[in-house]
Formats: sequence, structure tokens, C-alpha cells
Amino acid sequence: MKASLFVTCLMDLFYPEVGEAIVKVLRALGVSLDCPEGQTCCGLPLVNNGYRAEAAKVARRMIPLFERSERIVVPSGSCAWMLREELPRLFSDDAATRAQAEAMGRKTLEFSEFVAQVADGDTIGISLPGTTVTYHDSCHLLRGLGVSEEPRRLLRRVEGIRYVEMQGADRCCGFGGSFSVKLPEISGAILREKIRNIEATGAEIVVADDCGCIMQMSGGLSRQGSGARVLHLAQVLAGQGTR
Amino acid sequence: MKQGAPPLGFEQRASGALKNLPLRQALEVATERFIAQRASAFRDLPDAEALRKRARAIKEEVLTRLDDYLLRLADSVRQRGGVVHWAKDGSEAREIILDLARARGVKSVVKSKSMVTEEIELNEALEAAGIRPVETDLGEWIIQLAGEKPSHIIAPAIHKSRHEVAELFSRKVGRPLAPDIELLTATAREQLRQEFLQADMGISGVNFAVAETGTLVLVTNEGNGRMVTSVPPVHLAIMGIEKVIPTLEDLMVFLKILARSATGQKASSYVSLITGVRPDGESDRPRELHLVILDNGRSRYLSGPFREALYCIRCGACLNVCPVYRQVGGHAYGATYPGPIGIIVTSMLQGPGGSKELASASSLCGACQEACPLDIDIPHMLLELRREAVADRQASGGERAAFRLMAAILRHDGLYRLAGRVGRLLQRPFVRGKRIDRLPFPLSRWTAVRDFPPLSARTFRDRWRTLGRNGA
Repeated sequence: MKASLFVTCLMDLFYPEVGEAIVKVLRALGVSLDCPEGQTCCGLPLVNNGYRAEAAKVARRMIPLFERSERIVVPSGSCAWMLREELPRLFSDDAATRAQAEAMGRKTLEFSEFVAQVADGDTIGISLPGTTVTYHDSCHLLRGLGVSEEPRRLLRRVEGIRYVEMQGADRCCGFGGSFSVKLPEISGAILREKIRNIEATGAEIVVADDCGCIMQMSGGLSRQGSGARVLHLAQVLAGQGTR
Repeated sequence: MKQGAPPLGFEQRASGALKNLPLRQALEVATERFIAQRASAFRDLPDAEALRKRARAIKEEVLTRLDDYLLRLADSVRQRGGVVHWAKDGSEAREIILDLARARGVKSVVKSKSMVTEEIELNEALEAAGIRPVETDLGEWIIQLAGEKPSHIIAPAIHKSRHEVAELFSRKVGRPLAPDIELLTATAREQLRQEFLQADMGISGVNFAVAETGTLVLVTNEGNGRMVTSVPPVHLAIMGIEKVIPTLEDLMVFLKILARSATGQKASSYVSLITGVRPDGESDRPRELHLVILDNGRSRYLSGPFREALYCIRCGACLNVCPVYRQVGGHAYGATYPGPIGIIVTSMLQGPGGSKELASASSLCGACQEACPLDIDIPHMLLELRREAVADRQASGGERAAFRLMAAILRHDGLYRLAGRVGRLLQRPFVRGKRIDRLPFPLSRWTAVRDFPPLSARTFRDRWRTLGRNGA
């Protein structure tokens, strides 16, 4: 199977090891992966702040980069939502581009959705004996794309893992992109509630499928001096969970 | 507030709320209870999703022929002896109500909980005219005694602890009362009973108004709504134009979802169906019934991206699940209607050109739409308000320049890579090991409460050049 990797800006700039993990996992599953040249970002920050016309310009340049892709794998729930659900809405008065955007959206899958489709039933070949792991639902992945089972199912297939569900796993971590900069105190208060719920599980690893949530939660945990790490699902599946 | 000081913005009010620990404690307890009860009430309702669709279809039908349904409602109310008044805005509504009250020599008014009367600031207008309004919903009475505004659509005193309520009630009755909930509610009942008996007029809102029968429906839990609408000689009801529904059959759909969404009850304790004035020969209903039908900016939202906001049945479910509301409470919004749907309704009431500041008060997590019994797409409306704010040039020049620069960078691969390189140079003085604990403005706002990750020395796209060769 062939797939193109959508390199999100946060992963590219801050979390390249997430990308390396994705490459490793997908290749192990026999996926022939390419990474179209010239990518930058899906444009969600522009949409979220009301700069839709600018986001449309970014999208017009981006869509052709993936024209020949069979599948597009996105490592973040929010970016996958942007490509699948929001992109066509940017072109309500431009039917031709809208059709291209819809075509791109139809090929787009978030990482855990894609892996669950490709690797259904396979053993993962990764073990994390005695490691307590919990999962945080990213808002756009859960409520935007309806994905909640796939990442949990994949985590449970890691050998020896102790999976614990946290209270309020489906609640926002307080990131919200520029929300966390514009209203930092509120964002921080929401984050504290999330950290309380993480700590109650005793988890050593918190898994999230969105680099935004990873940035927010790891920033909060590190500020508190907590030993818990926040990893992308791909990092766990690639064996980066062992210290 | 100091004389001449500029009014506080959302962020400053929220900041005050975040420092108010008793407030946050009260909010957490109450919203968690609402969330748990709502979840359990919907678990026992197998066809919840179908009901949601049905409710949306009814609302859409009403909005498509709103003028017809309102005229039919008005006819039905008149046929049963009621008087219908049309109000374009809050000032017209207040004038209508004050004229009616003055003409009848009304001295005191009992009210059941009504957000639309909060919206038009009716109590202030009544007081200015020398008429004494008494709120009879327990929560509303509490905040009336405190001289405050509701901080939740259905639980106006959600921010008050029983200790604060005991203090307020003690002052009212002139003797110390223990913070015992039973004692406090008994005190309220005793005090309010007198008010019901001496009131010259009862004023209520309307949860639903049935066009085919002229029935005004009140959904309450304390029974005060029934007293307000049956004891005084005159009942005046006020509703927004979106409250009309076609038939009693449609009402059943909404009754199934309203109480479950609002309080997590399968049905509220009281559902009052008020149809017309006291028939000859009966003795227990008002002789006069007035219905004020209020627009106040609603019709402007009939077309365009905010139409679904008129589906709202004011259950408050979106407030309870909103991470922002849960932290800061309703008063931080500085508006009659707080929370996610409140942001949209506030912009509707303000009209074009109003401040879109509140549109930022959301992480866009979507919990509001998920909880909404009408599946109102609040997140997209917030995005639309943010777009309008940019179009109205409400964003600061600095912000607009920053996002335009971002857009330029994201359109040019070379600029994007250059920006990454510049960032890596600039971050050097701030990196401590694998984290950054202090950054200059505006990112100082981020690092005030959490660490920031450093930009990686090699981007993924750089790494791909080597990765890509290995067996691509």
C-alpha cells in the first residue's frame, strides 16, 4: 500500500521524532511512504483566528502537492480534521477548488485510523512490560472525526502494557492553538485539571495523537517536575516508549 | 468600578474569577453533577439521536415559516382571551410592560425565572417606575438579594455556596440562619408565599409556545412558575420569537430532551401548559393574560451562518461541558447569556459591529455541540465570529500583521524554512536542556504557566532526506 505523509508544522519543527516513529511503524507494516516536497502547514491556525481568506490561499498552494497521493496520513487529529472537514468550507464560492479539497479530504486519514485499517489483527511486536499508559482524546480527533477506539485498541495490543483510562480523557487539555497564548491563564487552569486526571492514573506515559496536545500537556507536566512523559501513539508503537 | 475607569474585558474578569477559589469549587461541584446526571438521563433514552434530529427538523420548519407560525400563535392566544403585543427590541418590550402595569396600578410583581426578562433588564425598569419586582425562583431570588446577575442559564446562582446563601437570607430575615439547605429553602418558601399573595401581576418567560392551541409552556422545578401564572390577577408572559413550535405533539419531543439536557431529569417537576384566561365560572386563573413577543435582533439571524443559534432551547448543557465556562463561570462573560451559546446569542443581541471579544473565549474543543440537544454547530459559529472580528478590524494591528506574515510564510516553502532557522537562532538564549521556561512577549504568556519545547535542531523534513532513502 502507498501513502503520503502529511508533515504538520508542529511535528516538523518541534517533534521530528514523532515523524521518524511514523515512518518506522508504517514501513514495518509494508506501507510505501512518500513525503511530498514543499509542504508547510494545513492552515488551521489561520482558520482558528478568523483569517479564512489567508487560509484559503495557503490551501490553494497545498492541495496540488497531494494530487497524486493515494492516501494521506496525518499525525495530528486537528490537522486531519482541517484537511477532511474544513478545507472544502474555505471554498464555498469556488466549486472547482472545492471539489479538489473534497478529493483531498476523502484520501486523508489520521495516523491511528490508518494503522488500524492496515494492521488490523497483526501483532505489533512492541513490548512495554509493566508500563502504565493512559490515553488523552484530542478534541478534533474525537469530536471532529469520531475517532476514539482505534488508538486505544492499538495501545492495548502493546505487550505487557498496563493501560489505564483516565477520568475525563475526552476533555480538552486547554491547548486550542492560539487560545493558549491569547488566554493563557484559562488555558493553564484547564491544563491543571487535565494533569490532575493524568496523575490520578499513575501513568508513566500519556499518549495523544496531536502534537498540540503533546506540547500543552508535556509543558505542564515538565513545569510541575512530573516524571510522566507525553508521547504520540506512533512513538509507543515504534518502541520509543522504553526509556 | 472606579469612575472613568474603562470597563474590564473578558480576560480581566476571567482572571479575577480564576483567583476566586470558592467560586471555582462551587462551579466544579455543580457542573460535574450536571454532567453526570445528564449522561445518566440520556443512557435510558434509546432513541436520543433520533429525537435530536426530530427536534432540529421541527425548529427548521418553524424558522422557515416563522411569520406564519407567529401569526397563528397570536390568533390562538387571542381566541382564548389573551392579548398579544409585538416588541421590536428591549426598549419597546419594557414600555409595553410598564404601560400595562401602570394602567392597572401595579405595585408589586412576582416573577418566575426568565432569561428574556434579564435580557431586556426588566427588573431595573420596573424599579425605576416604582414597581417592586420579586424573583420567586430560588436561584433568581438569591441573586436578586445579592444584587447580582445570573451566572448560568438554568442555575442562576450556581456560583453561590450555601454559606453565602445563608448570609444573604440571614440579612433578609434579620436573624442568623444556619447554612442548612432545608432550612434555607423553607425560609425562601415562607418569605415568597407572602409575595405571591400580595402581587398585582405575575411575569413569566415561555419555554415553548404552541401555535395551534396558543398554549404557553413553562418547564420548572419549584412550582413557583405555577404560582406566578395563577395567583396574581394578571399574567404577563414574554418570549423571544424563536420559542414558537407548531403543535402539542412537537412539544413532547422537546420535553423529552429539555429536562434531560438541563438538569438530567427525565421530566421536570412541573410542566405548566397555560391556555387562555380564566373561563367564566372558574376561580383559579388570572383574568388577564398578556403575551409579549420579542425580536431584539433575533430575526437578523434567520438567514446567514448563525441561523442555528435560533434552535437553542436554553438548556445550559453547553455551559456545563465548556472547559472555559467551567473554570471562570458566567459572570466573566459580562453578558446576559454566558457560555458557548451565550457568546453567539450575545452577538445577536448586540447587532452588527458589536464587540466580538468573547469569540476568543473558547478552545474550540467542540464539547458544546456534542452536548447540545439540538446539535447546534457552535464551534463553526465561533469561527465565523472570529472571521467577522478580523473583517471589522477588531483584532489589533500587531495581531493582523503577525497572521498575515504567517500566511505568507506558509505559502512559501523557502520562507517557512528560513523562519525555522531564524527561530532556532533566536531561541538559543532561552533553551535550558530540553525545555524553555521563559520566553519574551507574547510567548511569555505561554511560559508563565508551562514550559515550551525548543525547536528541534533538525526538522523532520531535513531528517526525511536521509530517512526517505532507506527503502522508500
